[in-house]
Amino acid sequence: MQIKTVGVAGTMESSDIVVRVEPNTEKTGGIVIHLESNVIRQYGNQIRKVINDTLTSLGVDSAVVTAVDKGALDCTVAARTKAAAFRAAECADYEWGGGK
Amino acid sequence: MALSKLRRSMLFVPGNNPGMIKDAHIYGSDSIMFDLEDSVSINEKDAARFLVYNALTQLNFGKKEIVVRINDLNSKYGIDDLEAIVRAQPDVIRLPKTETAQDVIDCEREIERIEKEAGIPVGTTKMMAAIESARGVLEAYNIAVSSKRLVAIALGAEDYVSSLKTSRTADGVELMFARSMIVNAARAAGLMAIDTVYSDINNEEGFRKEATLIKSLGFDGKSVINPRQIPPLHEIFTPTEKELEKAFAIIEAIKEAESRGSGVIALNGKMIDKPVVERAKLMIERYEAAHAVYEEV
Repeated sequence: MQIKTVGVAGTMESSDIVVRVEPNTEKTGGIVIHLESNVIRQYGNQIRKVINDTLTSLGVDSAVVTAVDKGALDCTVAARTKAAAFRAAECADYEWGGGK
Repeated sequence: MALSKLRRSMLFVPGNNPGMIKDAHIYGSDSIMFDLEDSVSINEKDAARFLVYNALTQLNFGKKEIVVRINDLNSKYGIDDLEAIVRAQPDVIRLPKTETAQDVIDCEREIERIEKEAGIPVGTTKMMAAIESARGVLEAYNIAVSSKRLVAIALGAEDYVSSLKTSRTADGVELMFARSMIVNAARAAGLMAIDTVYSDINNEEGFRKEATLIKSLGFDGKSVINPRQIPPLHEIFTPTEKELEKAFAIIEAIKEAESRGSGVIALNGKMIDKPVVERAKLMIERYEAAHAVYEEV
């Protein structure tokens, strides 16, 4: 999946996270994550990992992500990242797989 | 997750609110209903779908019955909702704005297709049809018998009242016909009947009055929009110890009568016959189901 524009998902409410995904215009490419969170010391690495893994699973290998976390669970971080990525890719071709 | 024997309370949870989703199971409602329809703005339908899908597949809601209200299949979101949600395997999918049996049949066909594609045994996903219009109310029985997947039919009052060209009143007189039709259709089809929400969350007296009314009409329970409405609703819908004692006395009396070869007896001056015994049995079943739920919590 190719990131074409800016996609944003999530809110600033407690237990949520705002994820902004946009094209990485640097020549070095890759996924660059800028994260702000009140629990960055405890969970910063985990939140970054969930964002990175979610984008990778969608076939995104180049993007700049800016995220403001308000105490979101992993499943919320992944959901917001997916929504932002699909919006940034201007794509609605979801593959839900086999569920659980 | 499990299909509930009791549906006294069905807690509405907006599908795009992660804080409410993660805490939804702690309030003790019999069912939790994650909403992708009216509580989610048009611009957030995709985000809510991802959120509810992830919550259903990754969070543990214990033994709560999980229901998801999808968007109307005539809207451009309904099919996308089904594609995601059937795969996330809630217990029940709630179809909004059901007007005819064909609406249920169309939705069932899509559910079956997705179940097959996802390798889920056909028939796993149950359905609930919400009736929210004058036409839907008149079609209530045809809707109720339209699919074996249906476990309940429900009244959605706000749209219904608009379609009647009237408005909600404190005593709910405008809903008498719809409520009676829906509960009668549900019983005739062997389904449960769920009443609409009571929107004035600060008016507990009004809520209790309405809950008592719909219990008398025969409903199994009610949708709730605030956790504060759950305890009074359960109190009204759960048989008391006194009612239970009376039910046991009736069962004992009829057993004794049967042993003497008599079908009809009197208990404390009142005639006990088959319908009275049936109601006593139902009372005991509801009491036991309610207390089994308390033990799980």
